[in-house]
Amino acid sequence: MGNKTPLYDMHVAAGAKLVDFGGWDMPINYGSQLEEHHQVRRDAGMFDVSHMTIVDLRGGRVREFLHRLVANNIDKLKLAGGALYTCMLNERAGVIDDLIVYYCDPHWYRLVVNAATRDKDLAWITRHAAEFEVEVRERHDLAMIAVQGPQARDKTHAALGDTVRAATALQKPFTFVVVGDLCIARTGYTGEDGYELMLPAARAVEVWRKLLDAGVQPAGLGARDTLRLEAGMNLYGTDMDEDMTPLDAGLAWTVGWEPAGRDFIGRAALEAQRERGDAARFVGLVLLDKGVLRNHLPVFAGERRIGEITSGSFSPTLGRAIALARVQGDVGDVCQVEVRGKKIDARVVKPPFVRKGQSCID
Amino acid sequence: MSNLPAELRYTKSHEWVRQEADGTLTVGITDHAQDLLGDMVYVELPEVGREVQAGQECAVVESVKAASDVYSPVGGEVVAVNDAVSDGPETVNKDPYGAGWMMRIKPANTAEWEALLDAQAYQALVDSEAH
Repeated sequence: MGNKTPLYDMHVAAGAKLVDFGGWDMPINYGSQLEEHHQVRRDAGMFDVSHMTIVDLRGGRVREFLHRLVANNIDKLKLAGGALYTCMLNERAGVIDDLIVYYCDPHWYRLVVNAATRDKDLAWITRHAAEFEVEVRERHDLAMIAVQGPQARDKTHAALGDTVRAATALQKPFTFVVVGDLCIARTGYTGEDGYELMLPAARAVEVWRKLLDAGVQPAGLGARDTLRLEAGMNLYGTDMDEDMTPLDAGLAWTVGWEPAGRDFIGRAALEAQRERGDAARFVGLVLLDKGVLRNHLPVFAGERRIGEITSGSFSPTLGRAIALARVQGDVGDVCQVEVRGKKIDARVVKPPFVRKGQSCID
Repeated sequence: MSNLPAELRYTKSHEWVRQEADGTLTVGITDHAQDLLGDMVYVELPEVGREVQAGQECAVVESVKAASDVYSPVGGEVVAVNDAVSDGPETVNKDPYGAGWMMRIKPANTAEWEALLDAQAYQALVDSEAH
């Protein structure tokens, strides 16, 4: 038996198919992954993401600590209420995890890290926090619900009332507001507008029910995966890991190189790689014939094997197979993917594939 | 409990087989199999006229989640395929024993049909895999 989120009974009651995910019993779908996917692209869906690990960091030197801990520069967050996507690297510049940093106040930042990497993340964070006298506290007491889709914000307001509507009226993407015991972040993992709500675990069922009543449909981790793939967002453990740097995983944009003197963990190795110029290329692929792209399928330029797919699936929005792939050298506009012994042409594109319900590749 | 028509025969690899009046055998995948795989997005069928052996891979079904081979329940010749499932793979989810059929085989002999599982034996197999 795995860990259960506060919403476990709601999933069972809704007929969810449950699977183990990073030690948690989580809904993979509630009947049809495709319908849940379309629901998020066209209207509003919600995901129980309470399995994700929320960590609060407090202390007078917490900013100094984060300057050291993560590859992006938290000074990009000028105001409290900002959120920043970043990688946390080891000394070899391999990615330990990707995470979001929330700026609560000058002495308090919050991190949301992956469930599957919880133990190693907490060990790494705690080990490096000591020298900065930063307190590391995991927030087991919080649940997390992601409400995503073009109608997600309207329906969340309808569900949670005028106070929430008013408090979020001027909220920009990648910021959060706090309303009572509710933290409302305008972030997500689908390429749609919406919120990620952090709230007391004891209130999770009540809020989930209100969202259901407002017409937000539950969606499982299956749809979450195809949505994030269409949105061109990396998945930790699949698209990058400790043997890959952010430069190998299409995440150069998340590295805060400036100022040059900020000595984040992994910086020296990452700069050396940048100077060598030997990072892999991380590209999007769209299969030009019928079939489905899967993780680890080999990618060819003619006869030459140039890399492999890191995440592949069927794109419900585009109606064809798409993938993220890591390749070496020049790939051109069309490459070949070997699917069950047969090489099939795929177009090379720059992710994302889909944003806000619209195709980005045609 | 999954839906198991009593008039059909079944395989351990989750195909169903129906004997037609002309002696040909119609083949699809079971309700249990489509449920495990989830939403179908791609079906690859054999060429009509292909000779197949019992237990040989002869088609592929792919859901969002995974790809799975479909095995020929008997030896013989593929005499028809259902292009409607190539064009609309979701038919396999919606009507696995009806419109979601995949191919029709003219069997080389009748002994292999006789050796297939009946609904009760297939149910027992599904139950044992669930534990």
